[in-house]
Amino acid sequence: MSKAKEVLLNPIFNDNPIALQILGICSALAVTGNLYITLIMCVALTTVVTLSNLSVSLIRNHIPTNIRIIVQISIIATLVMLVDEVLQAFDYESSKTLSVFVGLIVTNCIVMGRAEAFAMKNGPLMSAIDGFGNGLGYSVILIVIAIIREFVGAGTFYGIEIMPLTTNGGWYLANNFFLTPASSFFIIGFTIWALRQWKTEQIEEPEFKISKNSLESEKGAA
Amino acid sequence: MNNNDTIRKTLIVAVSLCLVCSALISFSAVELRDLQEANKTLDKQSKILSAAGLLDEDTDVTELFQSIEARIVNLETGEFDSEISLADYEESAYSRNPATSIELTSENDIALLKRRENFQTVYLHYDFDSLNAVILPVRGYGLWGTMKGYLALEPDLKTIIGLEFFDHKETPGLGGEIDNPKWKSIWKGKEVYSDSGDILISVIKGSVDKSSTLAKYQVDGLSGATITSNGVTNLLSFWLGDMGYGPLINRLKQSEVKDV
Repeated sequence: MSKAKEVLLNPIFNDNPIALQILGICSALAVTGNLYITLIMCVALTTVVTLSNLSVSLIRNHIPTNIRIIVQISIIATLVMLVDEVLQAFDYESSKTLSVFVGLIVTNCIVMGRAEAFAMKNGPLMSAIDGFGNGLGYSVILIVIAIIREFVGAGTFYGIEIMPLTTNGGWYLANNFFLTPASSFFIIGFTIWALRQWKTEQIEEPEFKISKNSLESEKGAA
Repeated sequence: MNNNDTIRKTLIVAVSLCLVCSALISFSAVELRDLQEANKTLDKQSKILSAAGLLDEDTDVTELFQSIEARIVNLETGEFDSEISLADYEESAYSRNPATSIELTSENDIALLKRRENFQTVYLHYDFDSLNAVILPVRGYGLWGTMKGYLALEPDLKTIIGLEFFDHKETPGLGGEIDNPKWKSIWKGKEVYSDSGDILISVIKGSVDKSSTLAKYQVDGLSGATITSNGVTNLLSFWLGDMGYGPLINRLKQSEVKDV
């Protein structure tokens, strides 16, 4: 695998920002109730992380180390505001639904993490590819969560009715829990489990092992 | 690369970064403002049309909106006010400014608004010169935040055409069902005032008993969303009452409808 391809594809399954690095969970909970909104969010985040990696990498040799975090944040915040402006101008409905979450991309750990961990140490092209790859990795997980939540919670797929709801005269009693952000915790948990069953090298060594029951070992001694 | 950490270089990088970033933001904000404003207006117009049941997939919203006249109304007197221009009126600014709003006491603040503006914009829909619908902006507190919407009434000023919310923070699947087309459709034909003029419209718990004499004033509650349902009842009671559009509605009822 060429270096570029590896940088692009690794974050999708091998080094997924959400499933392995457990970053960017906040928006994975908040904006995954509906597939269309999720797709907009994914495009927004991928754009921001790609461009922020590119810009940070372009000026990385001139960034003074003591203000580097501020410089990165300024670049990211600028990009996020640009994305928000564009969204308000061209897709007002989605921008209304996403409301603060577009602005909160600034605090998304993936964007900051990639700028600091990758773009500060690599060339512009590779950094942009890395940003795009991480955006894709983020998108894959979000789309999976959104499909499940929308299907179970509202009986629809991308707004198309699959299972008619009882509230609309159908037979499917919607599981409202799946419409609440908390359900994403469960779906992310199961996704991580499934991913680690498939790619077993991602399983982490337990940091603490539960010791043997002390009473039992005493009994054994007696 | 050691020279990056000098004070001079730090200042140069910081200042030039700020300049570039602010230039980008300002440029995009100015360039896109017209589009954004147009979107906001379009969104508002389509909600107003939707409340009045006039929205039609095939026709352009701007074109449909031509038949609607917006008027500023003085909520104290119920008279139309021609001194404030529609372009200058902004609900949030008017309701915050002590000169153009009143503080609500705990007894009359049933929709939990704290302050009420003295002026509001109402929308009148004409069908070949005769009044066809009166669309009133309403708002009130639900479970998580203020629910804002439009209530459309027939020219008899007591029969509902529709209720449409354009901004709320209710729980998806529970209180958020105030956006459900099926629930919205049961509002049509309900009446808000009794013959003696009392406000009877309410969202009840459970389903409406069709044989009850009160059935035409009642709307099925949203299951699992009692607080949101009560919030809808409260905001309607507030805005249809003396503190809301009561004076306007009384005046319109008395005057010849065509005169407005």
